[in-house]
Amino acid sequence: MEVFWYIAIALVLAVFFTLDGYDFGAGIIHLFFAKKEKDKEVIAKSAGLFWDSNEVWLVAAGGMLFMAFPTFYASVFSGFYLPLILVLWLIIFRAIGLEFRGQFKYQMWKDIWDASFGVSSLLLALFFGIALGNVVRGVNLGGVENGASAYEGHYFFLPLWDSSFSPLSDTPGIIDWFTIIIGLISVVTLAIHGANWVILKTNSSINTKLKGVIFKLNIALTALTVFSLIVWQIVNPNSLDNFIERPYLIVFPIVYFTGLIGLFFIKTFKKENQGFMFSTLLIVGGITSSLASLFPVILPSINNTHEHLTIYNTAAEHYGLSVAFNWAIIGFILLIVYFIVQKRLMGGKVDKMDYGH
Amino acid sequence: MEDMIFYDRLQFAFTITFHYIFPQLTMGLSLMIVYFKWKFLRTKIDKYNNAAKFFMKIFAINFTMGVVTGIPMEFQFGTNWAKFSELTGGIIGQTLAMEGMFSFFLESSFLALFIFGEKLMGQKLHFLTGFLVFLGSWASGWFILATNAWMQHPVGYEILDNGKFVLENFSTLFTNPWLLPAFLHNQLASVVTSSFVVASIGAFYVLRNKQTEYGRLFLKTGVVFGLISSVLVAFPTGDWNAKNVAEYQPAAFAAMEGIFETEEAGAEIVLIGQPNMVEKKLDNKIAVPNILSFLTHQDWNKQIPGMDQFKEEELPDNIPALYYSYHIMVGLGTIFIGVMALALFFLWRKKLYTIKPLLWTIMFLVPFPYIANLTGWYTAELGRQPYLVYGLLKTSDGISPTVSSGNTLFTLLGFVALYMLLGLLFLVLVGKTINHGPKPQTH
Repeated sequence: MEVFWYIAIALVLAVFFTLDGYDFGAGIIHLFFAKKEKDKEVIAKSAGLFWDSNEVWLVAAGGMLFMAFPTFYASVFSGFYLPLILVLWLIIFRAIGLEFRGQFKYQMWKDIWDASFGVSSLLLALFFGIALGNVVRGVNLGGVENGASAYEGHYFFLPLWDSSFSPLSDTPGIIDWFTIIIGLISVVTLAIHGANWVILKTNSSINTKLKGVIFKLNIALTALTVFSLIVWQIVNPNSLDNFIERPYLIVFPIVYFTGLIGLFFIKTFKKENQGFMFSTLLIVGGITSSLASLFPVILPSINNTHEHLTIYNTAAEHYGLSVAFNWAIIGFILLIVYFIVQKRLMGGKVDKMDYGH
Repeated sequence: MEDMIFYDRLQFAFTITFHYIFPQLTMGLSLMIVYFKWKFLRTKIDKYNNAAKFFMKIFAINFTMGVVTGIPMEFQFGTNWAKFSELTGGIIGQTLAMEGMFSFFLESSFLALFIFGEKLMGQKLHFLTGFLVFLGSWASGWFILATNAWMQHPVGYEILDNGKFVLENFSTLFTNPWLLPAFLHNQLASVVTSSFVVASIGAFYVLRNKQTEYGRLFLKTGVVFGLISSVLVAFPTGDWNAKNVAEYQPAAFAAMEGIFETEEAGAEIVLIGQPNMVEKKLDNKIAVPNILSFLTHQDWNKQIPGMDQFKEEELPDNIPALYYSYHIMVGLGTIFIGVMALALFFLWRKKLYTIKPLLWTIMFLVPFPYIANLTGWYTAELGRQPYLVYGLLKTSDGISPTVSSGNTLFTLLGFVALYMLLGLLFLVLVGKTINHGPKPQTH
């Protein structure tokens, strides 16, 4: 049952990052590459029409995590208190930016809210990457200092950074050089994904240029990926064990690398949705590979006093999980139906769609 | 420790208060949108369809606000109330996760379809999407109320040695005797809010003498829905809830009714008066003898335990706030019935659209149903104190052990600032939509 819920939540999270990922990415593209007002408007619209229904997936992931792994939920959400609240604020800022920009015709007004949308999107992409970096690296569970625990073994609290900025410190902070690298990977990946979304959903004048941008970003992403794989071994030496023990897990990194290699051919793609499909593989592959390397651990402990948080020691009781299994199956079927209906109706370019008024 | 609990509670209270401005409108409004759409299907008169689409725009703005202010609510269970989440997540996680899966997705998917899909789907399917939005938003209320009902009156659980609450019987979460009365009361109260909003926009259109045909339609619909829902909120659902509180939370009941001393036979009902916590009595009180006993037990002389019957630590920790919240809610509810009854009378005499003072009153009454809804929730939540899970888990034992009061104060201030901006955005968007009005009537 624990494994079912682990997979279900990973799936919902992957869908969330694929969907909301494109509107974060659209924000990054908007920030750096959209110069003409017409392009800015249509890119903002390509995010503005969809962001709220995408964020429903975050709520669903949160609710499922709360139900299935309450101890993990409690530990991680209170331990990452400040960055999580910052994420909430950024989500709100993005929403304000998207909804406000079209309300008045002044250029400066639009510029302000464009910046709010773009910068929040960029920072959200960075923060989500940093969060993943923290989960891979592990935290000082129990707040151990000099052998004494400050909290119960499944609680922790991280400072934003530790003066050494090193993931190998005894008390690493949220931001260190390793989590920054993962953060950058996230930014570049979502920027690629967002660019593909803009190409797919709009007729903006920068669509052709964006293909070149994707190609260059993909080179950067390849370099970052290779580099991160090397340092990953330093930060978490056991990360390959799962793949050796259960060779079929290798399918997740393959998904990631398929996306990575595929995107080098971006300029030759005839169909506009091909790029988007490959960047979806990047996101899904990246998240699932990271989770698979940890399984069944979901938050490693970096001290020897307290054990890792796993799906087994943080899960709710069996009865609750099995009851929820029954309703979740019905729920997932419904989700798939809604999703198909909605996609069919909201397909096509957004340029002509009526947004708000 | 004390100020940690204080800031955690204050932040939750502030963010949930702001959040609940939005869902309380959307739940009621979705019902009225379904009504307008149904009326259009029956009569084929365009103005009903335009009204439905107009209110769906207002619904959509509120829904968006509800999403961005709702995510912080879910997150705060973990960030600020980690111990509570750890101990009870196996139970209330069920209802919260079901809300996400069964109502939130339904609402958001079909909202998009309702707004964008009318031409593609044809009228009957369009009505259906509207109905599904309504269903989703009411299901949301159902799951949230189920969560709250369990905290007010825990059922179907077992407590392990480590203090964890374990679900023993899933279906009791939904057969909880607290749930149905609370749900109906809450949903009807949300219809009150939406009726006042609809009537208020109608009064505005009539008074400014533009789009008066819609103004009259909105006034008429708002007044009829408003009177029915205002009456039903008080009786039977409000009465039913009060009886539940008297039965399951007698200490909270004594505090909210302002009964400091138990009377031998028959408790009086306090209409007005100020709790004096030093001398433990009500100052300047106006009360009617024996009525409370009759209302609660249908027996004029039945004894109702006052606050003197309970230990200090069993009583709610802020009795004046609880007492005032409850009395403000009841007082406003009574005024709503009066105003709506008067408006309906003049509607029947075909004079409503010309009596300006009444139209102004209806227009400016719109904040008050919001206040009544919120004070109703304050009554429920303050009455539950000092517990998170009534009688079993103290509020002070539920907070995050690792988050300092400074952190929470910082984030609370941030939320205050950001929500002011968000509130401004909301007013601009809704104001523009109302000013623009529904699609002009084509003859």
